[in-house]
Amino acid sequence: MTDDTTCLFLGLVAVLTVASLVAAILSWRSPKPLPSTLDNLNARIKAWWIMVAGISLAFLFGKGGVILLFAFVSFAALREYVTLTNTRRADRWTLLGMFLIVIPVQYYLIWIDWYGLYSIFIPVYCFLAMPAITALRGDTSRFLERVSEQQWGIMLSVYCLSHVPALVTLPIPGNEGRGLLLIAFLIATVQGSDVLQYIFGKLFGRHKVAPAISPSKTWEGLIGGIASASLMGAGLYWLTPFSPLEAGVLAALACIMGFFGGLVASAIKRDRGVKDWGHMIEGHGGMLDRADSLVFAAPVFFHIVRYAWT
Amino acid sequence: MSGASLLQRASAAVLAVFARAVTGVRPIWAGTSPNGPLRIYFANHASHGDFILVSTCLHPAERGRTAAVAGADYWNAGRVRRFIASRLLRTVLVERNWVERRADPLAVMLAALDAGESLIFFPEGTRNMTEEPLLRFRSGLYNLAAARPQVELVPCWIENMSRVLPKGAFLPVPLLCRVVFGAPLKLEAGEDRKVFLDRARAALLALAPRKDGTPQ
Repeated sequence: MTDDTTCLFLGLVAVLTVASLVAAILSWRSPKPLPSTLDNLNARIKAWWIMVAGISLAFLFGKGGVILLFAFVSFAALREYVTLTNTRRADRWTLLGMFLIVIPVQYYLIWIDWYGLYSIFIPVYCFLAMPAITALRGDTSRFLERVSEQQWGIMLSVYCLSHVPALVTLPIPGNEGRGLLLIAFLIATVQGSDVLQYIFGKLFGRHKVAPAISPSKTWEGLIGGIASASLMGAGLYWLTPFSPLEAGVLAALACIMGFFGGLVASAIKRDRGVKDWGHMIEGHGGMLDRADSLVFAAPVFFHIVRYAWT
Repeated sequence: MSGASLLQRASAAVLAVFARAVTGVRPIWAGTSPNGPLRIYFANHASHGDFILVSTCLHPAERGRTAAVAGADYWNAGRVRRFIASRLLRTVLVERNWVERRADPLAVMLAALDAGESLIFFPEGTRNMTEEPLLRFRSGLYNLAAARPQVELVPCWIENMSRVLPKGAFLPVPLLCRVVFGAPLKLEAGEDRKVFLDRARAALLALAPRKDGTPQ
């Protein structure tokens, strides 16, 4: 596993170095001041260096490090999401519970590998407790809307995202001790697909997929990005217990889910009249702007692998 | 009282780290720059966290010379509050009660300005608990502006803090906050008190996000 991890790490550093060099050459040749696209590209690449450093650090600490990392990602994502919802003073206990109880408990359950509970803790217990608490507070104004907004918030930001570190707990025969690499595979393909969709979209984008939702999502970017990311996934099969073909198919599926995640996130942002979820990650926007594709990809990827390989 | 004590600097730094961890607060400099002459930052007020948020958004040097104007009746009630207000935080305590007060609030604030301190000031006079975005301004801001016309009056719109830590709450709910700093105001020569206060209130309100509650 150590050799494979080193390979992956060096590969990422190589890709980022090439990206930085290309961006530096483009910036050098471009008229000053830099056009906003190039400015944004530089910021994005810089942020990628920091994110890769952060993820690598978490991986050094193993399962605990990755669980802590994603608990933090959930916290940041949920904070961005709740900021955009219409809360009332009576929702206070529900909101505090989401941050102070739901996030720690969900990730603790993954740490102790209690699949029977972490897979239903939020959709059963939290989803029933939240309207109950809200009802106890007695404020019925826009009750249904308030409860369901927050339910969906923890579904996206906590439940779905927690399935990324949960991959490490899957008992896949012959893959003992390599669970972290499966996480690396998922993150690399889904985030790679985002980047490749961005590149294909910028280079060849003509026909918009959903002009009412996002001006930057094009069919050319979507098809080019997902096809190339799936090929990349197939090429990364050595990280996984899959054959190259299986790795490619699973990567394609994760990337398609990731695309829908981005599309849904764009629809929410459009509805709330904001461009980005937040400003945590320079050039990218907020945590959810970066994690939206993982939100949709992680649980589906998790359950397919769990069904077919364990 | 000139310059912050070591304890005050340390607690301001700790509070700034905490405020950023909970609210990810970002300053938006819309109409002025972080560095400037002596200032009165006047802001909307709905939460105890408000002045911490404004102070967090300031550069450390400016933070070190900035004090928050707060109600003496609240902060002198009890030893813990008095310790927090006088030793941990940089506050200028003013007595709001007309009948019983011993020190003229204006004189106390002017003394702080003359000692080289910038002030964080809440012109509504109290925390706003209504559904209105901003209460009517009391005359304190006008009196300060009339007495020290060279001091810049910077409007600061604090966004979301009332959702993070409303009145009576102890635990903050983590939500993203912003502080929008607008263009400084000055009292025009011969400007009427009410005209000035309305203008200042409108300048602060203009920094607020749209009415549907979404950020700009």
